[in-house]
Amino acid sequence: MHDANANRAAQSFAPLTASAVLVNPVGLHARPSVKLTQLAKGFTAKIEIALAAEGPWTDAKSPVKVMRVKAPQGATLHFRVNGPDAEAALAAMLALVHDGFGEA
Amino acid sequence: MGEIHLTGHPASPGLAIGPVAVLTTEVAGRAEKGDPAQEAAALKAAIEGAAAELADLIATVHGEAAEILEFQVAMLGDDALAEGAYEAVAGGTAADEAWRAALEAEISGYRAADEEYFRARAADLVDIRDRVLAGLNGANTISEISGDSIVTGDDISPSTFLAVDWTRGGAIALASGSPSSHVAMLARSRGAPMVVGLGPLPWNGQPPSLALVDGDAGTVIFDPQPETRRLFEHRMAAATAAQIAVDAGRLKPALTADGKRIAVMLNVAAPEELASLDPAICDGIGLVRTEFLFEGSRGLPGEDAQYQVYRRILEWAEERPVTIRTLDAGGDKPIPGVTVDGERNPFLGLRGIRLSLARPEVFRVQLRALCRAAVHGTLKVMLPMVAVPSELDRANAMLGAEFAALSAEGIACARPPLGIMVEVPSAALCADDFDAAFYSIGSNDLTQYTMAAARDIGAVADLNDAGHPAVLALIARTVEAGLKRGVEVSLCGDAAADTRLTNALLATGLTILSVSPIAVARLKAAIAGVTA
Repeated sequence: MHDANANRAAQSFAPLTASAVLVNPVGLHARPSVKLTQLAKGFTAKIEIALAAEGPWTDAKSPVKVMRVKAPQGATLHFRVNGPDAEAALAAMLALVHDGFGEA
Repeated sequence: MGEIHLTGHPASPGLAIGPVAVLTTEVAGRAEKGDPAQEAAALKAAIEGAAAELADLIATVHGEAAEILEFQVAMLGDDALAEGAYEAVAGGTAADEAWRAALEAEISGYRAADEEYFRARAADLVDIRDRVLAGLNGANTISEISGDSIVTGDDISPSTFLAVDWTRGGAIALASGSPSSHVAMLARSRGAPMVVGLGPLPWNGQPPSLALVDGDAGTVIFDPQPETRRLFEHRMAAATAAQIAVDAGRLKPALTADGKRIAVMLNVAAPEELASLDPAICDGIGLVRTEFLFEGSRGLPGEDAQYQVYRRILEWAEERPVTIRTLDAGGDKPIPGVTVDGERNPFLGLRGIRLSLARPEVFRVQLRALCRAAVHGTLKVMLPMVAVPSELDRANAMLGAEFAALSAEGIACARPPLGIMVEVPSAALCADDFDAAFYSIGSNDLTQYTMAAARDIGAVADLNDAGHPAVLALIARTVEAGLKRGVEVSLCGDAAADTRLTNALLATGLTILSVSPIAVARLKAAIAGVTA
């Protein structure tokens, strides 16, 4: 009974997905990873990244895990976002990648 | 004892001489171990203590150094880092052993990475590991190193680097290490010479007392003979004098030894690159890459967004000429939604002007934004990857149509002159067949198409030589066409920044070279040594 409710709650938000190409010089390296995770932590939605549309998915709020992805420049970064502020979160994450993490 | 010569890889340029300071790695074990709960508490306290130490250190530095330490703070603050260690502690392992094992696993993941950049991050993880271990073991990891020392060891952590006062002239000589490490970046920005990859340091017990470090050549001499030392000191004095001359020359116009004026322009992408630069260092902007506007996921940039960016660049240049290149996508620069996926050979495919002509709805927007920006300075527009005159003619017709449409709408605009990038051998060979307002030689692609060798394919990279007589002949032919038609010819590829080629490039008759901002001072100094 409890589980069923939890499932229904989760399903009330469909996960949003989108992807963006890493344009900054050395990919998702130390500083971009810190920026990405700091931004992600500002949202309540569950935010995950992956190098392929089918995953494996990595928690975008963990710098340790994001660095383990070792996403190089030119890689396509996929996002999967689920939660009440998912739309805003996804837009912000994509904007950060699009902006080259401010590194141009 | 004879002098020891070691050769590694240059990581930060410059020459230094000084006493040798050997980095020691102390492996002090903890005296006693408590029960799992006490060990977990000790580990937690050590991690929090390390983060607090880093926060104190961040307060004393700024810029790049602070960002590097903030990365360490972020990693330490992430429970995922210590997860494995806490599990081991719960199973009865001592906190220091558990932490060391967990971090070793993390570090070996970095060392196994494909990209040099990620491999180089291992040094940051080692730094984090040792700082927490020092907290657990009560030892002070960072021994005092005098700032005039030649610091040697296997590798050096950012914390250790930041604890040294590098204004006193020291340098770094490492058995392993990487030119991509955070310490190498810091060393370059602080002017500390650094050589990495020297291999095992060949002494047991007693280390050498003095070392000479050549961060340009990537060599180190330990215990030099008096004559070797004298020659090295002579070189250092000459290098210092030359550096002073180079710095002073950055703001001056470039002149060859026999007084011929050479225009030195900038290559830039985003306008942010210009923010900290004085426009007086250059004679204008020879290449603005516009791809950055189109990359990313928010779809294609609108006319207004493009106009604002172009306008900012023109305003920065204060009436100096600015050459903006239209979208050069394709090849090694795919753009989702614009370029064609899965081309078998993208470098010979739909890229540059070919793509713009195939996607007129995208190209027109850029042309309109350029016409509107043209009223804010001296704008020129260049087309990439032009192979035949009809491509220029079609683009010219579209530019004319957009200019006419804007004028008819009463929108402020001007029609910028349209030139071509010469990077396909056909364009170089038949340059005077093009009705171009100027020619700008893109030496990177011109070299790769002439030599049929990509520079990022290691096995053939040596063939990718911009100084090859065939490439120089194509450049000379383009310069000749420019003279004949009375239009400017410039060169904006990486060859312009390669000062070994300056002599050969100027010998072709080129008078305009365009380089990234960091290369301006070096290029001007090289030009001053050329008798044209």
